[in-house]
Amino acid sequence: MIRNSAAEMAAKLVAGETTSVALTQAHLDRIAAVDTDVHAFLYVDTEGALAQAAAVDAKRAKGEKLSPLAGVPLALKDVMAQKGVPTTCGSKILEGWRPPYDSTVVANLKKNDIVILGKTNMDEFAMGSSTENSAYGPTHNPWDLSRIPGGSGGGSSAALAAFEAPLAIGTDTGGSIRQPAAVTGTVGVKPTYGGVSRFGLVAFSSSLDQAGPCARTVLDTALLHEAIAGHDPKDATSINAPVPQVVAAAKSGDVKGMKIGVVKELNGDGYQPGVRARFEESLELLAKAGAEIVEVSAPNFEYALAAYYLIAPSECSSNLARFDAMRYGLRVGDIDGASAESVMNLTREVGFGKEVKRRIILGTYALSSGYYDAYYGSAQKVRTLITQDFIKAFEKADVLVSPTCPTTAFKIGEKANDPLAMYLNDIATIPVNMAGIGGMSLPSGLADEDGLPVGFQIMSPVMKDERMYSVGAALEAALLTQWGAPLLDKAPLLGGAR
Amino acid sequence: MTLSYDDVVAKYEPVLGLEVHVELNTNSKMFCGCSTVFGAEPNTQTCPVCLALPGALPVVNEKAIESTIKIGLALNCSIAPFSRFARKNYFYPDMPKNFQISQYDEPICVDGYVDVEIETDEGPKKFRVEVERVHMEEDTGKSLHVGGATGRIHGAEYSLLDYNRAGIPLVEIVTKIVPGTGKYAPEVAKAYVAELRDILRALGVSDVKMEQGSLRCDANVSLRLIGAEKLGTRSETKNVNSLRSVERAVRGEMIRHAELLNAGGRVVQETRHFQEDTGLTRSGRSKEQAEDYRYFPEPDLVPVAPDAAWIEELRATLPERPSIRRKRLQEVWAVPDKEMAAMINADVLDIVEATVLLGSDPTKARSWWLGEISRIANDKNIAIANLAITPQDVAEIVALVNAGELTDKLARQVVEGVIAGEGQPADVVAKRGIKVVNDDGALMAAIEKVCAEQTETAEKVRNGHLPAAGALIGAVMKETKGQADAARVRELLLGHLGQATS
Repeated sequence: MIRNSAAEMAAKLVAGETTSVALTQAHLDRIAAVDTDVHAFLYVDTEGALAQAAAVDAKRAKGEKLSPLAGVPLALKDVMAQKGVPTTCGSKILEGWRPPYDSTVVANLKKNDIVILGKTNMDEFAMGSSTENSAYGPTHNPWDLSRIPGGSGGGSSAALAAFEAPLAIGTDTGGSIRQPAAVTGTVGVKPTYGGVSRFGLVAFSSSLDQAGPCARTVLDTALLHEAIAGHDPKDATSINAPVPQVVAAAKSGDVKGMKIGVVKELNGDGYQPGVRARFEESLELLAKAGAEIVEVSAPNFEYALAAYYLIAPSECSSNLARFDAMRYGLRVGDIDGASAESVMNLTREVGFGKEVKRRIILGTYALSSGYYDAYYGSAQKVRTLITQDFIKAFEKADVLVSPTCPTTAFKIGEKANDPLAMYLNDIATIPVNMAGIGGMSLPSGLADEDGLPVGFQIMSPVMKDERMYSVGAALEAALLTQWGAPLLDKAPLLGGAR
Repeated sequence: MTLSYDDVVAKYEPVLGLEVHVELNTNSKMFCGCSTVFGAEPNTQTCPVCLALPGALPVVNEKAIESTIKIGLALNCSIAPFSRFARKNYFYPDMPKNFQISQYDEPICVDGYVDVEIETDEGPKKFRVEVERVHMEEDTGKSLHVGGATGRIHGAEYSLLDYNRAGIPLVEIVTKIVPGTGKYAPEVAKAYVAELRDILRALGVSDVKMEQGSLRCDANVSLRLIGAEKLGTRSETKNVNSLRSVERAVRGEMIRHAELLNAGGRVVQETRHFQEDTGLTRSGRSKEQAEDYRYFPEPDLVPVAPDAAWIEELRATLPERPSIRRKRLQEVWAVPDKEMAAMINADVLDIVEATVLLGSDPTKARSWWLGEISRIANDKNIAIANLAITPQDVAEIVALVNAGELTDKLARQVVEGVIAGEGQPADVVAKRGIKVVNDDGALMAAIEKVCAEQTETAEKVRNGHLPAAGALIGAVMKETKGQADAARVRELLLGHLGQATS
């Protein structure tokens, strides 16, 4: 049952073949069986999940009209505030904090009766591409436990790949949904910036952060997308427009006559041969499905990474200033006679990890008077240029495509001491965040050289998210025909029986 | 030896710069829905947003934008078609986010002015104070540092924090430098703040209570030798929480600077705190090293781009400018200049107008508020507005006097009673048994008694020596405890003693 898609689970619930309590318990059992190895979860809310499941079953028994995913379990990235449930963002500094309020995403999940199993591991404050920066230890890739599951949302993607949950919430600032999806053989979508409310998403970089759906199929992500998206008056940057019809697009999967633009700059040197091979194959499948493949150029993408590593740290240096031990979370050095200043200093010294400190320092420097124009100011100009590149490219193509990341999952510890090599992982995903457009990653097969999953990225214009779902569904269907079974069937078994 | 003010202005030219912070009177805070009511239990008016809980986001209060635009328009500013919020980053325990959402290089209103008129040796003179910018920001929480000698965070045993004020909408109004005031700098500063306060009050956008901190003034003062081009080093005096203090603070700083300069010293660029009791300032934070607030555009908020039509709509709702209103009232009420100045100085214009609107004639309304009631306020050392007497009460008292039910003297007792909390005028009259004695029988009894006691005086009157009647009338009034109508007493007395009464 746990290997079904969320849509299949929902159908079984509707048909009365199972109950949400049974489904939830099955996933809790699976978590108990495999999560010591995978470490996808930071907190499992057994009681809360079962209570929520029982409530959905009761509603269903009464014949209430329920939403499409009602009763289906989900794993929540620990960056999302959930009332009464520990929310750490993978950081020591928030240890023990239980939010007194629900993020809008959580409120929407509850409104749709989606059962929240618990909180998933992540790089501290979503800063990283491997989940190694979690203060609570790394998450392991179900395809190979010695490898990283991507980051920052490695916990969510690993939970999906290990069948600990059929649905998950991620957040994507520079690729934190898409890159983990790519390296775990799952699907992840970063909606248009402003498409899903950020209220209650603990900010890393406000102008780039976007929550989105993660699952094992394109249709499941679409169903979850529609459940969490929509205008939120509590988020000033939320877009006040109807949610794109992503479920309809995912169901039709029609790409006939669509123009698919291959971004010249997001391929070639630096991309692993197996990644390139799977990408080329996918293009052929899309062409066969009736799409027209064109090449587009985005000359300013080469500056995206550099600009990102000025903007994101700048915003984070300010966003993370609130963690000062005064009102919540960790407090260190609060002994007789200690000043507020020394408590703040000691708490931040102990509470933040190395990567977080690195970015706070970088950002503080980039915003400093005398450096602002050269760093933050220039980075914003690059951002404008990247947006213009996208606008021009979308004149030639309905969607743009690229490999999601240059390589497959690397070994835990392999790049831990080389932040620049780590940052390069996000080279293909970052431009999407810089322009605020939509991006999806779905599995395109395994790389020949290492047998690990490869991701295919689809990018769509602002609030045209349905386009990436059309293309994603078409490619997924073509690949499934070719493979004969879902890619995850090739993943190693964990925790004994399937 | 303390330098005299005349010596200071004989040698130096003061240059002013005034920053006024105004708390808007919106029902909810700048970026969340929390209440803004003053004086609630600490930390009861807070939510995830104004406590800066992880994940919480600000949303701009539209009413605050409307109020700020109105202020800008009333100060003759241009309203920017596009302005942005920015983050001002610094750590302080009473600032939940450790950054303040403010406006930096793209404020909402720019380039305005306020004209003020002050009394000079050469008569009334107008000064134009140019406004550089008006921008929106949020207030911080309040810290109370307990223990330690200074009441400051350093040396305190512990600090208490109240976040009720955190996120209250603030508007900051910054002037350009104000040169050319000469020796009148303190008066111009005071007049500017007073005019600003009147404008804001007329707009209805703020309580403008300086003592509660809803209007706060920072006075920047520097001196330069008369004729010099280069500006001197300025000090910024904070905590100036009354109009009188504005004047005192500017004057005090001018003298302090001059003493330093005369002694060959230099003025330190710093913030200073005004001490209400001494009228002096004490040193605060040094500003010699410009603090780096690492301003950058607030990414959680979208730019403010007010519609031109909306701005014009707001412009059409602007109330009469206070200076024009004063001229109008003076004319309508036929008040002499000196009296008008006294009313403005005593800050009773609004209250007198309210009393007149309730039916009192202007002269009587003015004389009550400026006379008896002001005197009581002074005795009690509280603001006239805080006395327990309203324009409605005064209008009623005036009406009772006009109806002959009270004499002026009795009316004073009623005023005292109302202020003492004995109720409305009718209640006080009833409770104290105050009434004009107009029962001729009772009066005649008193008159006969007095005439019998003072036969000699009565005889003089009977013989046509009318001035002697005064003593008898006084005695009758005393006999009737002042409750008699003196005119009627005179009439009856003269009749009783066989004299014509007209």
